[in-house]
Amino acid sequence: MTVAEIQPHMQSTQEIRTAWERMVARRRFYTVLGLVILIAAFVSSVRFADESNAGHFFDRLPHLFDFLSWLIPKDWNDVWRALFDIASVNDRGGEEFNFDKGRVYISGAFYIPEYFELMIVTINVALLSTLIAFVFAVPLSFFAARNLTASWPLRVFTKRLMEFLRAFPEIVIAGLFSAILSIGPVAAIIAITLHTIGALGKLFYEVAENIDMKPHEGMKAVGANWWERVRFAALPQVLPNFTSYALLRLEINVRASTIIGAVGGGGIGEELKLSISRGFGAKTMALVLLLFVTIVAVDQFSAWLRRRLVGEHAFLLQH
Amino acid sequence: MTVIDANRMNEIEARYPEYFHRSFRQRFGGLMILIATLLYSLYAVWFFDLPKLFAEAHWERVGIYLSQWVSYDVQPDFRIQDDGSIEVRYPRFSPLGDNPHPDWLVDNPDGSITVSISGASRSVTVSKSRTIVTAHGISVPVDVTSGAPKVVGPVPGWMTVYDDNVLADLGFAGNVSISVDRVKIRKRFIGWANFIFDTQSSFFDKPVGEVVSLIVSRPRIKPDQSNLSLAFDDIWNNSEWQHGDVWTKLFQTIVMAFLGTLLGSLAAFPLAFLAARNITPNRLLNQILKRFFDFLRSVDMLIWALFLTRAFGPGPLAGSGAIFLTETGTLGKLYSEGLENIDNKPREGIQSTGAQTVLVHRYGIMPQIVPVIVSQTLYQWESNVRGATIIGAVGAGGIGLKLWEAMRTNANWENVAYMVILILIVVFIFDAASNALRHRLMGTKTH
Repeated sequence: MTVAEIQPHMQSTQEIRTAWERMVARRRFYTVLGLVILIAAFVSSVRFADESNAGHFFDRLPHLFDFLSWLIPKDWNDVWRALFDIASVNDRGGEEFNFDKGRVYISGAFYIPEYFELMIVTINVALLSTLIAFVFAVPLSFFAARNLTASWPLRVFTKRLMEFLRAFPEIVIAGLFSAILSIGPVAAIIAITLHTIGALGKLFYEVAENIDMKPHEGMKAVGANWWERVRFAALPQVLPNFTSYALLRLEINVRASTIIGAVGGGGIGEELKLSISRGFGAKTMALVLLLFVTIVAVDQFSAWLRRRLVGEHAFLLQH
Repeated sequence: MTVIDANRMNEIEARYPEYFHRSFRQRFGGLMILIATLLYSLYAVWFFDLPKLFAEAHWERVGIYLSQWVSYDVQPDFRIQDDGSIEVRYPRFSPLGDNPHPDWLVDNPDGSITVSISGASRSVTVSKSRTIVTAHGISVPVDVTSGAPKVVGPVPGWMTVYDDNVLADLGFAGNVSISVDRVKIRKRFIGWANFIFDTQSSFFDKPVGEVVSLIVSRPRIKPDQSNLSLAFDDIWNNSEWQHGDVWTKLFQTIVMAFLGTLLGSLAAFPLAFLAARNITPNRLLNQILKRFFDFLRSVDMLIWALFLTRAFGPGPLAGSGAIFLTETGTLGKLYSEGLENIDNKPREGIQSTGAQTVLVHRYGIMPQIVPVIVSQTLYQWESNVRGATIIGAVGAGGIGLKLWEAMRTNANWENVAYMVILILIVVFIFDAASNALRHRLMGTKTH
């Protein structure tokens, strides 16, 4: 059997060959066109970014590591002293080495170092906002799931609401609430909570849409109402995944609470921003070290717990 | 639900003991988690001192700020001169321009001025000896002849009497502050004033038809510039709304996300091959690279942004750099996990033909991994456009700083609303575009 017999409109192998070559040529053309557009966009973006920046890339490049020079403390022991609020021998009355003044006394001589206390604030911001968001996102995700909620206006409304919450700039919510509640971590909690409801809600309803519907049908057959069906048929199936996603979100929120803190939400982020902008080397090193250790610890703990909940599972990192 | 009798229940219980006699953890685990959560919530309430915070919160500001998102006010100031005439003044940057003659301000024949605050039902009449405030169905005269303003008759609930002035709160419509020689009125309008042309522009306060005909046919307002380009200049450099600046900053945010993600993906791509267990069988190198990715991600975008603003100065370059460093970590991790999940058979097949390593990678791995890579990168770009608004606020360029400044002053909430709407539009466009692209790449249908 020849090719001409299989595809009768093609008379010879020559014709098939030209058709194939045409196809390849078109594909190559699209690839090259795509690359050219990408490179043009890249070059013009670099120029745009460079022109609107305060210092230009090549002028400032030799100074890239300047900031590292003030970051390296003259006395390395100052990093530990700053971390644990031990009085520094270099303290001359300024703010740079006044480590022991930040102590938070609990009782008698027992104190929590300042930065540990700020880190606890930041973690609590993340923990509380993830917790509140979890409580709101679970019911919302059931309203948004196609297989559980039959009324499409409710479903569409819930999905749009969650999209809106995800996309709304967190910084605006934080700014609005710090004007109402006075500056502090609570504004950050509200901002992160609202964003997390949207982010978790999306992940949750995707899980809820993929459940096994047989238990649900069984419940329906014995006449269970919507609440009973969701509680006894859907919830047990989705809870491990929900918890796992909430833990993943907790990791992200520890970072997010640091960032929001830096723009006026209190906690360790604000201290870090101040320390860097004033050029306090030892303090900055101590803060970065503490942040790094904490974030790695939270990540590892949550990864371990997630593996126990849902097994080895490749999760997409989602902001 | 259907009811079953006791015999049947016992029978079922005897048949499935494992469902009816459960371990302590199975029975009380959920309850204990619930109790722990509640205890933590109580601790958090105490930790953040929520009752005190909420009691001291300025909840009235919510309404004020939210109404400022969609409205503006005009504040005419009436000064009663010694000779009994009344001089009307507007603030220097009044949204009505330098020389307004609003139709809601009526000169009466007897020398008094009537200001309509909300139609005919809420108005203020200012004369030499007394000011009459009409609202909520009653007219309340305030006598201003003596040393302090005096309300004639009973004081209604919406009026507050201070030592030297009387404040009448007329709700959303505005308020009136009356003192002996001066009456200040705040009248609130729905909408964004001067959104297109500001008061300095030659096109200010002209009807649409006139502006169009000016642009199309009339003689030049400025001899060296066409009317069209003048109009564009006036819009772009609008001093209140700063369209030019806002759009440039928004574009900066998009560019920052684009550059950072693209460079991050270029850097992460080769590193991911080295970090993937199945492609580079060198455990030490795999581990070093994976921990390096973790390091880049956990020293957050914010810290990189702060460092790079010190190196390059504030601007989008610092922002792009910060996104680049974090994205190298994120994408490196995602790519290497993608590579570890590929099917090894095509590789082995190509290896068995004796092909070089480069060719094995090109034909054995690339076709499998490219859709994953492109899809992850697009997702990260989209997510970075969302995230880059925040690092802008610490000086890394983009719209974040502008948003933060507008909010700090507590006065420009309408500008905040404008920027928020622009950001939302951009985010939604990116969402839709990246979703469509990703689904085409992965060959799944959009839902």
